[in-house]
Amino acid sequence: MPTALPETELPKLSHDEISRYSRHLILPEVGMEGQQKLKAAKVLCVGTGGLGAPLALYLAAAGVGTIGLVDFDTVDASNLQRQIIHSTATVGKLKVDSAEIMLKGLNPNTNIIKHNTMLTSANALEIFKDYDIIADGTDNFQTRYLVNDACVLLGKPNAYGSIFRFEGQASVFAAKDAPCYRCLYPDPPPPGLVPSCAEGGVLGILPGLVGVIQATEVIKLILGIGESLAGRLLLVDALTMKFRTLKLHKNPECPICGTNRTITELIDYDQFCGIQKPTSAGPLEVAQNPVLSEAPMVDGIPQISVQELKRRLDAHEDVFVLDVREQHEVQIVNIGAPLIPLGQLASRVGELEAVKNHRIVVHCKLGGRSQKAAVILKQAGFPNVENLTGGILAWADKIDPTLPKY
Amino acid sequence: MNINVPTPLRSYTGGQQTVSVPGATVGEALESLTGAYPELRQHLYSAEGKLRSFVNLYLNDDDIRYLPLKEATPVEDSDELSIIPSIAGGY
Repeated sequence: MPTALPETELPKLSHDEISRYSRHLILPEVGMEGQQKLKAAKVLCVGTGGLGAPLALYLAAAGVGTIGLVDFDTVDASNLQRQIIHSTATVGKLKVDSAEIMLKGLNPNTNIIKHNTMLTSANALEIFKDYDIIADGTDNFQTRYLVNDACVLLGKPNAYGSIFRFEGQASVFAAKDAPCYRCLYPDPPPPGLVPSCAEGGVLGILPGLVGVIQATEVIKLILGIGESLAGRLLLVDALTMKFRTLKLHKNPECPICGTNRTITELIDYDQFCGIQKPTSAGPLEVAQNPVLSEAPMVDGIPQISVQELKRRLDAHEDVFVLDVREQHEVQIVNIGAPLIPLGQLASRVGELEAVKNHRIVVHCKLGGRSQKAAVILKQAGFPNVENLTGGILAWADKIDPTLPKY
Repeated sequence: MNINVPTPLRSYTGGQQTVSVPGATVGEALESLTGAYPELRQHLYSAEGKLRSFVNLYLNDDDIRYLPLKEATPVEDSDELSIIPSIAGGY
């Protein structure tokens, strides 16, 4: 396959670089010219989280000359189970700064361009235009569609990876004549249907596995060697350690890359994904999930604060608290509420018959699953159901700091 | 036939990765699946009964959207149907 780089004169390698990249230089498929292509390449990593961490590290190690990093988040201790580009010493720092320290430590030749911002329809094309290849390592559907559309509009390949618990998917979208993300998934799931890593959990090494696959695809695209994942979807199951590739079709009716295009510029992706505008501050999971925000009412369910719940409990008001997390989460931390996991709630709703007319406050870890549970209860005829904003983490933050946070 | 259930939907099949169901076509097999696990239905079909567009179904290695008979495609016991949902995690 041809290289994804523009036709320009390739930069020379210094003696230090020749020593550093020796194992590449003796590989005929890379060689001097390939290593010069890597040096000339400009790759943008969208997100420096689970996928972005190994991706950016390997690209820097391989000698990719310019690496752009897009992230607005700061490093949190709970990131370090998988985000190996950050470290204990950089907890609290901006992720782009933390990542730069590690990348420069690994390879000081790398030109790092930091974009400490949330990627939006307003800035994506401007940020993307200077790069040859985009690598999508984000964590939400809005940004996935945004990255796809910006790549299609600019004609830049998107080395894509995504993960959930023990499963991963990888592909190269928007390459020349290849399908794009919208060809595969024309519409996103409704908000909240697919849990985020913060709610669903993720095996720490899985983003390592998938991020390295993305890095491999990026390197192949730069060198113009092998067969890229364009037109194929790689499925990874870490539990069974099975890898499978499915053939993807370019959808002739795709609204952005099909024959009758209806999308010719970037759109409002929050609206497209059916969610409210995220805030630019705060933990990513909260910023991306309106259910976890401060709105007083979401889908007809009143949202109450942990302070209000504490007040009611202290005043011995009539309130029944229900935990809808999983059994293994209760073992980590709990506030003594009876448990019915969200997935079982619809079939076990009869167990709550005795408290049906009481005020019920549902809680989970962050407030996302409990919102869904509250909707289920309301639909089952429970007249007075409320959702605890921020879940047990907010309780641990604001009411009982002796509790651990996970 | 066997249906491979992806991680995000396994909480609705009692944790099972593979569910064996009867059915002469893709549609019938899916009907058996959602009959056995009713909570799966809303994740696979819209309120109008249309297969959701963020879920892809592969019969062995073929996307059923591109098979001429789509959901009416006949299946054998040895065939495998995989549900491939969109996932977005990565952070």
